[in-house]
Amino acid sequence: MPSEHWTHPEPGDGPAAVAAQPSPEQVIAGLRATSEGGAELTQLLTPEGERVSSPQFDRYVDDIDAEALKGLYRDMVLVRRADREANAMQRQGQLGIWVPLLGQEAAQIGSGRALRKGDMAFPSYREHGVAYARGVDLKEVLGIFRCTDHSGWDYKAHGFHPYTIVIGNQVLNAAGYAMGQKFEGKVGDDDSEATICYFGDGATSQGDVHEGFVWAAVYDAPLVFFCQNNQWAISEPTERQSRLPLYQRARGYGFPGIRVDGNDVLACLAVSRWALEECRHGNGPVLIEAFTYRMDAHTTTDDPTRYRLSDELEEWKLKDPIERVRAYLARGGGADQAFFDQVQADSDAFAAELREYCFNMPEPPPERIFSNVYAESTPLLDAQREEFLSYLDGFVGAGEH
Amino acid sequence: MADLQKLTIGKAINLGLRRAMEEDPKVLIMGEDVGKLGGVFRITDGLQKDFGEQRVLDTPLAESGIIGTAVGLAVRGFRPVCEIQFEGFIFPGFDQIVSQVAKLHYRTQGKVKMPIVIRVPFGGGIGAVEHHSESPESLFAHIPGLKVVSVSNAVDAYWGIQQAIKADDPILFFEPKKLYHSGAMKAEIDVDGTPDPLFESRVVREGTTATVVAYGPSVKVALDAATAAEDEGKSLEVIDLRTLSPLDLGPVFESVRKTGRLIALSEAPSESSLTSEIAARVQQECFYSLEAPVLRVTGFDTPYPPAKLEEHYLPDLDRVLHAVDRSLAW
Ligand SMILES: Cc1ncc(C[n+]2csc(CCOP(=O)(O)OP(=O)(O)O)c2C)c(N)n1
Repeated sequence: MPSEHWTHPEPGDGPAAVAAQPSPEQVIAGLRATSEGGAELTQLLTPEGERVSSPQFDRYVDDIDAEALKGLYRDMVLVRRADREANAMQRQGQLGIWVPLLGQEAAQIGSGRALRKGDMAFPSYREHGVAYARGVDLKEVLGIFRCTDHSGWDYKAHGFHPYTIVIGNQVLNAAGYAMGQKFEGKVGDDDSEATICYFGDGATSQGDVHEGFVWAAVYDAPLVFFCQNNQWAISEPTERQSRLPLYQRARGYGFPGIRVDGNDVLACLAVSRWALEECRHGNGPVLIEAFTYRMDAHTTTDDPTRYRLSDELEEWKLKDPIERVRAYLARGGGADQAFFDQVQADSDAFAAELREYCFNMPEPPPERIFSNVYAESTPLLDAQREEFLSYLDGFVGAGEH
Repeated sequence: MADLQKLTIGKAINLGLRRAMEEDPKVLIMGEDVGKLGGVFRITDGLQKDFGEQRVLDTPLAESGIIGTAVGLAVRGFRPVCEIQFEGFIFPGFDQIVSQVAKLHYRTQGKVKMPIVIRVPFGGGIGAVEHHSESPESLFAHIPGLKVVSVSNAVDAYWGIQQAIKADDPILFFEPKKLYHSGAMKAEIDVDGTPDPLFESRVVREGTTATVVAYGPSVKVALDAATAAEDEGKSLEVIDLRTLSPLDLGPVFESVRKTGRLIALSEAPSESSLTSEIAARVQQECFYSLEAPVLRVTGFDTPYPPAKLEEHYLPDLDRVLHAVDRSLAW
């Protein structure tokens, strides 16, 4: 049973009273608490698709009428379809590796759709849904996993930083970016800018993440830390990283932390909008722990049967982020079968387009190895490049004779 | 009777770790996913099951934490064997390696020993995304206080890991990840036999036309090149460095005095690297024996490219043969 220690802090509250140390069982119970609508978990849409009201957060989704919710539903279905297609393409040898987001669609679309044009997102490597929400062409994301490119998109145009694979690095980078927004006076009113940074539960153990918390806090950076707690860091469960629900760590750094149902797109949208608004008004950083679950392997090279129990997966399937919106829309009359069929058809077309592109993705030319190492190249590198290209030319000649 | 087992490099390291743990209860394995999963490459497979969670630690996800706590455990008398998941992720732990692991013995005038092994799967050719294919070993060879080993075959892998664990100095143990599970690299190992000394390089193929010196995954490339060169009537001598710091260049000098030509082969970029060091020392020791300058066949001086380009980036048999021709044309 969760102790007092884990009750939901009201954002902006003062420090909590220090509670007695919880037992190991309590630690795990607290880390894994999934009690829908419980004090800890902000939720607006239950797994059964019932809208529950939240005095604090309802106002952040006032504008989300049936049409808008249908839009969020469509986003999630398209992103999941793309994810499944990419997973299949990896199995067919078309991609070197794939990092699935199955189950994390609501966390990514909810937070991603809360962002505005001037905002900046710093992803790790699983944020394909956020990329989509930022208008990045998922074909460019596929390029990373087909290993034709490290990053293809225009980060500035999309407000979406390149993927970061080294765990935690991007958190400090995001803190610096948000400090820049603050230094340039882009904070203080509704029109201001903010930054959001994505990382996993495992990443919270890294020094960089701790340092990112410190930096953002002491400089009051407009930064939303968005932790997708999908329960696992490859084979290691959250309790291998923390004794405390992750959102509660924010207290120690002096900014608010909140746990949201990461499978509830409406709640993710509302909480992200609230947090971004806090940032825009100069109230400094916020930590959001989106409580969710990775319903597939860590990557296509991983084998979760070695460490995960299948009933855990079955339990989470019942909390599917897409199904609950569908249930709500179907029941509330916001959407008819024709709508769902259309979304299905759209997602199939979307996947087919990705597949077509992936199969025909141009191979990068060898000279790409040498380009963009420096803004201003060096004589040594230029010479190495010339030497290698003429060496390759030698083969072309040899082949022709 | 000798207990002969035919093992891949990966299985050889696994068995070597097991033996070391059986022999000394102070040996600990620590790293990300090394327990239940058996490591992302399964090199520690089964060890947690048999030795328990206090000897095979699935650590929190933090490399500075893994190395830094290993330092404290070593001070307390343990012999930690840390696994870094991929070489590209060693850098969050770099500070601890350089500032503490490498220097505590010196700083305390020998009072504190650092019997730590840091296992690092390294090198390319596996079609991976960024940070999974690099060769940062020269950075560590440059640090006084650290020893650096790189195995190229299953026999050395089996013995090397045990010898490294027994050593009282901190050792970075670079493992050729591409060859972990390669059937072609399986070797018959007398698992109760006597190993060669760890810190010595070795002539692995004799020849007279030119010498190729390599380590880790490149030894296979060098040997393949030597086989191909034979068809062209050239005889290549191949030397496996085995240990990168201290560098045992004696056999290299001897070989160069015989062949007059040296190709230094490595996947790492060449600028300010181990191959630079080899070239410098060989010209110093063998100046009058050299028929051509020492040539280097390496990765380029660029970040590791997207994997679709790695076949161009990684030195292959053709580039070695091309270098041999250039050397001969001098
Ligand atoms: C510094 C570093 N160490 C190790 C890895 C290898 N690795 C990749 S993902 C991962 C687990 C990350 O888990 P988490 O932060 O919870 O994010 P998730 O993948 O679950 O979204 C590990 C250990 C890495 N990428 N970077």
